[in-house]
Amino acid sequence: MAEPMSPFRKFFARSNDDLVKIIGMAVLVALVSSAAVSVTSVMLKPYQEANRAAERQARIDQMLDTLPGMRDLMMESGVDTLETRLVNLDDGSFASAEDPAGFDLEAALQDPDASIGLDADADIAGIKRRANQSPVYLLQKDGDLKLIVLPVYGAGYQSTIRAALAIEADLTTIAALAIVEQGDTPGFGARIEEPEWLALWPGKKIADETGAIRIELVRGGASTPYEVDGISGATRTSNGITNMLRFWLGDKGFGPFLTRLRQEGL
Amino acid sequence: MSLKHHLVRPLIGNNPITLQILGICSALAVTTTLSTAITMSVALTVVLCLSGGVISLMRNHIPPSIRLIIQITIVASIVIVIDQFMQAFMFEMSKRLSIFVGLIVTNCLVLGRAEAFAMRNPVVPSVLDGLGNGLGYSLILLIVGTLREFLGTGSLLGVPLVKTVAEGGWFEPLGLMQLAPSAFFILGLMVWLVRVLRPEQVERPEFRLEPAEDRRP
Repeated sequence: MAEPMSPFRKFFARSNDDLVKIIGMAVLVALVSSAAVSVTSVMLKPYQEANRAAERQARIDQMLDTLPGMRDLMMESGVDTLETRLVNLDDGSFASAEDPAGFDLEAALQDPDASIGLDADADIAGIKRRANQSPVYLLQKDGDLKLIVLPVYGAGYQSTIRAALAIEADLTTIAALAIVEQGDTPGFGARIEEPEWLALWPGKKIADETGAIRIELVRGGASTPYEVDGISGATRTSNGITNMLRFWLGDKGFGPFLTRLRQEGL
Repeated sequence: MSLKHHLVRPLIGNNPITLQILGICSALAVTTTLSTAITMSVALTVVLCLSGGVISLMRNHIPPSIRLIIQITIVASIVIVIDQFMQAFMFEMSKRLSIFVGLIVTNCLVLGRAEAFAMRNPVVPSVLDGLGNGLGYSLILLIVGTLREFLGTGSLLGVPLVKTVAEGGWFEPLGLMQLAPSAFFILGLMVWLVRVLRPEQVERPEFRLEPAEDRRP
């Protein structure tokens, strides 16, 4: 061969049993494959995010449909969806200055000024950081609160569970629970999405007369208004939901907000 | 061997499921309804064609000692990319198929065709072989999916065809059809049927009893 071979060609001309070629091919395949996977994943992320956001909204709408009389009430009030407000979680006040539609949870969690880290004791929901603000969804008629929907999330068994908890005007009775997003084991933990199980929630109480958060999932035979049957075979998912609700209803979550609503109203 | 041959033979003559008995577990999992069976068929056929083509393209440079690792890496990457595309553009479907798409990686059919065919044949026959095997797999999946959804729920593609007893009709849905064992029964019956029609597919017994010695002189 007259002209010198390029190093690339030289590499491919090596025997397939040659050690350099074996390692080289392994590295090459790994690099090309990982590049292909990362590029698609990054490029398609906006589309996937949009799909998930639409899904979350659809689930909340679906939950409203399951609430008896809720659509009628909304029709009477002349609204077709719930009002979104931003809440400062630390003191429970409304952040009226900002546009709730512009709130970006992911961005807030990245920003040390807009979120706080949780230490292991406080972080029962397994979420590591909590944004300082959170959207809540309200339904009010003539200034009276009729329904409030709190978005909550926490670690399940192998995925983050996102849910929406609808609470009635007494701020204690659960109107409904909707699982907005989850990726737990199909057939076990994923059964939290089933309507039969979600139908157990309406009418349960989140707290007793003293204000202590009592709601929990129990194994077999819920006997008090604070207990909901867990999913058999999915203990970790069930515990995840208990912890998620306890966290978000507690002091670090919507606790101050609910307390303020009880005392001052909207 | 003509090119058409690669495409047609896996449909019945060398069907990946009924003759090669590959890809059985996914055939059990996704055939409870026809629509998941269709989506899985399309996804698997695409993966088979792509992986056959890519692996065949580099077959002369895949060192034999690490060929399985390289094949599975390529297959896994293709599957992840397809899964990402489905999550972006076919969100409803991807939700229903979530884990099954991931399971394509472990579907022995994909690796089996890569190892048995694409490693030793040029690109075009390899892609056709992937397409043919994908279609053969799809054919079986569609038959099983149709039977299971119809007998199990009385509807097809979610559209009710006959009135079930619960709705005041005459049709009693066979609950068993919605459970995994029924797919085994249907597959077994299909393997039987194909082998009755095509006796050359019956494997030769591994041993045969000697005829008893004749005692009389």
